[in-house]
Amino acid sequence: MEIIGIIIVAILVNNVVFSQFLGICPFLGVSKKLDTAIGMSAAVTFVLTLATLVSFLIQKGILEPFGLEYLQTITFILVIASLVQMVEIIIKKISPPLYQALGVFLPLITTNCVILGVAILVIQKDYNLLESIIYAISTAIGYAMALIIFSSIREQLTLTKIPKAMQGVPIALITAGILAMAFMGFSGIDQVFK
Amino acid sequence: MGRNKKMAKLESNFKNMFLSLFTICLVVAALLAQVNKMTAKPIAEAKAMKLVNAIREVVPPFDNDPVAEAYKMPDGQGDSLTVYPAKKGDEIVGFAVNSSSNNGFGGNIQIIVGFDTENKIVNYSVLQHSETPGLGSKMTQWFKDTTKPNQSIIGRDLSSGPLKVSKDGGNVDAITASTITSRAFLEAVNKAYAVYKESDADSGAITKEEKGESK
Amino acid sequence: MSNNLKVLINGLVKENPIFVLLLGMCPTLATTSSALNGMSMGLATMFVLVCSNIVISLIKNLIPDKVRIPAFIVVIATFVTLVQMMMNAYVPALADSLGIFIPLIVVNCIVLGRAEAFASKNGVFSSFFDGVGIGLGFTGALTLLGAIRELLGTGKIFSMTIFPENFGALLFVLAPGAFIALGYMIAIFNKLQKKTN
Repeated sequence: MEIIGIIIVAILVNNVVFSQFLGICPFLGVSKKLDTAIGMSAAVTFVLTLATLVSFLIQKGILEPFGLEYLQTITFILVIASLVQMVEIIIKKISPPLYQALGVFLPLITTNCVILGVAILVIQKDYNLLESIIYAISTAIGYAMALIIFSSIREQLTLTKIPKAMQGVPIALITAGILAMAFMGFSGIDQVFK
Repeated sequence: MGRNKKMAKLESNFKNMFLSLFTICLVVAALLAQVNKMTAKPIAEAKAMKLVNAIREVVPPFDNDPVAEAYKMPDGQGDSLTVYPAKKGDEIVGFAVNSSSNNGFGGNIQIIVGFDTENKIVNYSVLQHSETPGLGSKMTQWFKDTTKPNQSIIGRDLSSGPLKVSKDGGNVDAITASTITSRAFLEAVNKAYAVYKESDADSGAITKEEKGESK
Repeated sequence: MSNNLKVLINGLVKENPIFVLLLGMCPTLATTSSALNGMSMGLATMFVLVCSNIVISLIKNLIPDKVRIPAFIVVIATFVTLVQMMMNAYVPALADSLGIFIPLIVVNCIVLGRAEAFASKNGVFSSFFDGVGIGLGFTGALTLLGAIRELLGTGKIFSMTIFPENFGALLFVLAPGAFIALGYMIAIFNKLQKKTN
């Protein structure tokens, strides 16, 4: 039951983009087209799950036993940066088609605050390993959902007549605001599963 | 300004890369360890102050150290709550109970409720919550408004039964548009009372006996 | 010195990180539910930005080109950790309300962006002024957005009541209001800039 609650809250109620404001830069950057949005979502899902797992193990295995919690920020960001590099190299070697699809998005991911944000949040929320992984995957699904919905809307927006000053980012932000309002309707839905 | 621009950049060979990164990390780790040592005490004090201030807010004036004398009591539902006894001299003047509910709209709600020795709520303070700002978050003040006796819980005597929102047949007006938050809040208050009741029965009896002896 | 002034003003208006460069959107949206929160977040980021700019321009010649990004990240993360510790120690209430967005200054594109684009190529003094300029631009934008959201949502600015809370549109304090208010502000900024040109 607890697990279902985590999944629903992470995907719908506390959606990363619309209620936690994580990963907004790439959200605005790659959401002009549906294909790039899908590519980015896949890359985020992959790296987010891996990064959460590794940083969780480092926190519990190294930082906490040695009382080095204050190095958390520095360690996590280095772990994430090197992980992204490694994933890039490995994918390039073993699966060129996958690299073609995800390659361009990987360097962008280091500075995507979803990754570092989730790695820190699971520690703050005191989740165990299983819960952390599930939370990471659900967050990634929520992120993918937001990106895909949003990019579909933006593809339509290019066909619409918009006042000059509002073109581009301003109208995108207002659209995101309206979507965020829609997502607010989900709040409290996890009560049903208790 | 740009004088040292002419100084050649270090070459990117393995030795240089390794040495420069290693040195940076070493300096950084030493610096952070030092600052961590310096700020560890203020951070711990700030945390302790927050708790003490919350206790001070919810019970009658006391002169002991409730945090040092805190103890855990089972709440009858498989969980235990922390009780902070407030004493003036040797006499108990009230209890602050740290209680929580997981049924809030946004999840967990942590409150501290103060009782006097006569089953009455003195005050409460919300320690932590993630309720909707402007709706559920109003609970930090809502149940304190003594000008509206139907929504305030201050001074209520719980010995006549647990508090319930009016929608559930009780006599506490819920926060407008935030019934779930209100229910969770009252659940935490009722849990605190159940624990208070037991600790009062324990220690209250002792103080009365002592009093009797000294007379 | 006039050159430094130019660098400073450049960061405030022409390359305003939020309204023009559109960088650092996450903290901009997340921490501006009130003017005070927005301003504190801006100042914390500015501190990190100025310090990391200074240090990076000082050590830029000691770092081999290929490892400069990890080296920059370590420097930035150090200052972020310092801010985090100081805030927890001396202003714990503020640290609570900014929450996870303090450690996330590390991945704020503005900070790494300035390190890479400016500090790694310029001297200490101009890097300092660049940090102050961009930092002030960021702080100003965050404070303004925070003030607008607080006013529309609760009728207050910096907790001073301007009109009764009951007339406020709560939406502006909540998540959707952040997106909408920022969208309109960028549109207005675009319009004004076009006029002055």
